[in-house]
Amino acid sequence: MSVTQGDNHDHDHDDHGHHKETFITKYIFSQDHKMISKQYLITGLIMGIIGIAMSLLFRMQLAWPDHQFTIYEILLGKFGEDGVMDPGIYLALVTIHGTIMVFFVLTAGLSGTFSNLLIPLQIGARDMASGFLNMISYWLFFLSSVIMVLSLFAEAGPASAGWTIYPPLSALPQAIGGSGTGMTLWLVSMAIFIASSLLGSLNYVVTVINLRTKGMSMTRLPLTIWAFFVTAIIGIVSFPVLLSAALLLIMDRSFGTSFYLSDIYIQGEVLHNQGGSPVLFEHLFWFLGHPEVYIVLLPALGITSEIIATNARKPIFGYRAMVASILAIAFLSTIVWGHHMFVSGMNPFLGSVFTFTTLLIAIPSAVKAFNYITTLWKGNLQFNPAMLFSIGLVSTFITGGLTGIILGDSTLDINVHDTYFVVAHFHLVMGISALYGLFAGVYHWFPKMYGKMMNKNLGYVHFWITAIGAYGVFFPMHFVGMAGLPRRYYTNSNFPYFDDLTDTNVLITAFAIFAAAGQLVFLYNFISSIFYGKKAVQNPWKSNTLEWTTPVEHMHGNWPGEIPHVHRWPYDYSKTNENGEYVIAGQDFVSQIIPLQEGEEEMHH
Amino acid sequence: MTVFLTLVVIALFGITLWQMSKILKLSQAKTDNSQVANDKDNNLQGKLMLAFVIFLYLLTIYCFVQYDSYFLPESASEHGVDYDRLMLISMVLIMIVQILTQGLLHFFSYKYRGKKENKALFFADNDKLEFIWTIIPVIVLAGLIIYGLFTWTDIMNIDEEDGDPLIVELYAYQFDWRARYSGEDNELGKANVRYIEGINTLGLDVSDTYGKDDKITNELHLPVNRKVIFKMRSQDVLHSAYMPFFRAQMNVVPGMITEFAYTPTVTSEEMRNSEFMVEKVATINKIRREKSKKLVAAGDEALEEYTFEYYLLCNKICGVSHYNMQMKIIVESEEDYKAWLKTQPTFGEQLSAQASN
Repeated sequence: MSVTQGDNHDHDHDDHGHHKETFITKYIFSQDHKMISKQYLITGLIMGIIGIAMSLLFRMQLAWPDHQFTIYEILLGKFGEDGVMDPGIYLALVTIHGTIMVFFVLTAGLSGTFSNLLIPLQIGARDMASGFLNMISYWLFFLSSVIMVLSLFAEAGPASAGWTIYPPLSALPQAIGGSGTGMTLWLVSMAIFIASSLLGSLNYVVTVINLRTKGMSMTRLPLTIWAFFVTAIIGIVSFPVLLSAALLLIMDRSFGTSFYLSDIYIQGEVLHNQGGSPVLFEHLFWFLGHPEVYIVLLPALGITSEIIATNARKPIFGYRAMVASILAIAFLSTIVWGHHMFVSGMNPFLGSVFTFTTLLIAIPSAVKAFNYITTLWKGNLQFNPAMLFSIGLVSTFITGGLTGIILGDSTLDINVHDTYFVVAHFHLVMGISALYGLFAGVYHWFPKMYGKMMNKNLGYVHFWITAIGAYGVFFPMHFVGMAGLPRRYYTNSNFPYFDDLTDTNVLITAFAIFAAAGQLVFLYNFISSIFYGKKAVQNPWKSNTLEWTTPVEHMHGNWPGEIPHVHRWPYDYSKTNENGEYVIAGQDFVSQIIPLQEGEEEMHH
Repeated sequence: MTVFLTLVVIALFGITLWQMSKILKLSQAKTDNSQVANDKDNNLQGKLMLAFVIFLYLLTIYCFVQYDSYFLPESASEHGVDYDRLMLISMVLIMIVQILTQGLLHFFSYKYRGKKENKALFFADNDKLEFIWTIIPVIVLAGLIIYGLFTWTDIMNIDEEDGDPLIVELYAYQFDWRARYSGEDNELGKANVRYIEGINTLGLDVSDTYGKDDKITNELHLPVNRKVIFKMRSQDVLHSAYMPFFRAQMNVVPGMITEFAYTPTVTSEEMRNSEFMVEKVATINKIRREKSKKLVAAGDEALEEYTFEYYLLCNKICGVSHYNMQMKIIVESEEDYKAWLKTQPTFGEQLSAQASN
């Protein structure tokens, strides 16, 4: 099976029709990017259901700490005996919720799904550069998901040192039960996940560089592709560092080394470890951990750029500035990791440097936000569900981003560090925003993935429930954080000073349950539309990009016949000639494959 | 039984959704069925966008008014005044930006909701505009960064020679805190976990004479208006010494000594009698009395009446009892502090008491 370069003219579609496809090669060990993308999406969604369900459990514990819930016993077994949640399993839930949502849903589920789907389709390639590596990438991800889920059944509980797994807590089974088998499985799962992510990212980068069709210069790439491309690069730069951090931790745990451990007395015993430092782990972890935020967020921003332009029937405002912002954010994201460590005991001078670089990131972020708003200005907005989620993303990106100015300032971080203020901040800016990006992408490209339309009314219901729920959960949470309530507390009833926060905790939990229930609408819509949805037309959103020039029915190689050539950038929406008429009469969009019309000038955006 | 019931509920829920979809399908049979937004949708969703930003504003107002008492009281430490000022400036700034941008975003969504006959404006670029909204954040952030960095340097510049600071060790272990006062010589004796044995729970080096007059306590008493330098040590895992009322926090890391310093300026007594705290504690006690009623009715003990004390809490996940790792802090006059300290035995005394037993 060969994958051809875009300008390979003599490559006929007939080459693609005659492969033998069995059920296994088509649906399971598929090397077709479209199928792999669907596999990513569905695995991601299943992990998402687990992650969100966990959050509901610990939110219930926080809202009603003295109450007994039978559901704990049903779901948590011995850790929820008599309906009382064990403090250890509370920490485990928080840990696994974080891990699953950040890595399995928002990294693999979002970037994996849409990079795979859109890179070949939007740049005009028949498939990824290496379909085989792509397949391996998915199956490693699947394997790591399975191991992560299996770790939930470890005898002494799953990993429970927080998703950041700071040693020594994560290194010493004596310190917490979850640091035994549970932690081992966590590390194994993550190591496999990193391998999967690297294979995927390398593939994306190579594909974007090499397989663009004729005429698809870098400045004619849709912003989605720019985002996926840059995301893949920061993934390649930073994920290996997490792998080394994890390897050293495995050494410390299993082979008696002292990379992170020193001078420890636990359970009546002095450990032999000497000379290591947990701060080293924090540096290594956050060297990935911070870029990870943008690995999660950039694809979402790319997706919304595309969707907002299409649905506003306007070009995205400031294409060059958007690309420059993506590049600037990506570069800065690799030199700001220390803002997670202002009070870790590292040299305060480093804190100053990281404050400086961190606040710099606000500039490209602000540019992006303003450009989105300007794109809406004087548009002809088509409120498809994908558009609603994209606008929702801009909203939560602003709200969550602004509090970053407080947290990124080393001085102000002192008193809000590790409180609920942080939890509220990052959930809005990366959690909710990226989820909105995921939903927007699913609603927008569902016709491309499944050849069916999702129900728009259910989409509207889903959006408004989610939008109200998300702000209802995370807006009041800032105030709980300002009261100085630390995160990762099993209950705050041991500090009478926090007694008056109870009502707010109940309110937050109520909104969380409400928002989670709203996701059932999405699930229902998603599944029923796959089977019973209305059949999609080729270009339902009247979009300019290449994926909408392919037939609705999936075919291997994407285009029957030659790969189309590209003659313009993807944002010629509502472009008019000097006489005020649309470039193509009666149609407010001009697909990238349409050559410049007579008398038309090309934008030098 | 419960499992069965749960399954029934899930099944019923599934059926409900299935039926709902049928109704939806039937109701849509005659209308536009493309599943692409039409003018009617645009009109409704655009208006909802406007409603949403109003919801957002109301939520903001509600939170600021209703949760006013959640904000920490005025700082009880010297540097905290600067901290609070910087926080206020940043807060005001981000709230202004928040209100403006959310307003614009949602208002534009409403105003430019699509209609068939409308034409969008082809507006792809404007260097002037982009320059403006690059340069404004640059200037504002430069201001914030500079202010923040000066404050940060002031806070983090810990000089033992400057003035007559009190030197106290904070010692963390799963799941409690100890304080070690450096005694007459204001010099902490050497310590390492390898020396931990019997009553020497903090692992002091017995041969180090500086350690003999050290005093180990489980409450933290601080004289008001005297700078105190904390030297922090952990015995097992990461902890974090968080003292919210003093705007102070530093992680406690096994294998190294971390430091933080501040000057407490408000005694526990003063804080307790401040208008803010009197009101806050009254609210809390009202809630506690309500809870107690229920507890007593269920045959449990009533909750104690709460009186305010400063506290230090652990703010880095450290194990199952992380949520209850706290220490009382008492800020008092120099005399009271000295009187209290006198009642505490020195490490040397503890050792000889042990030996004579």
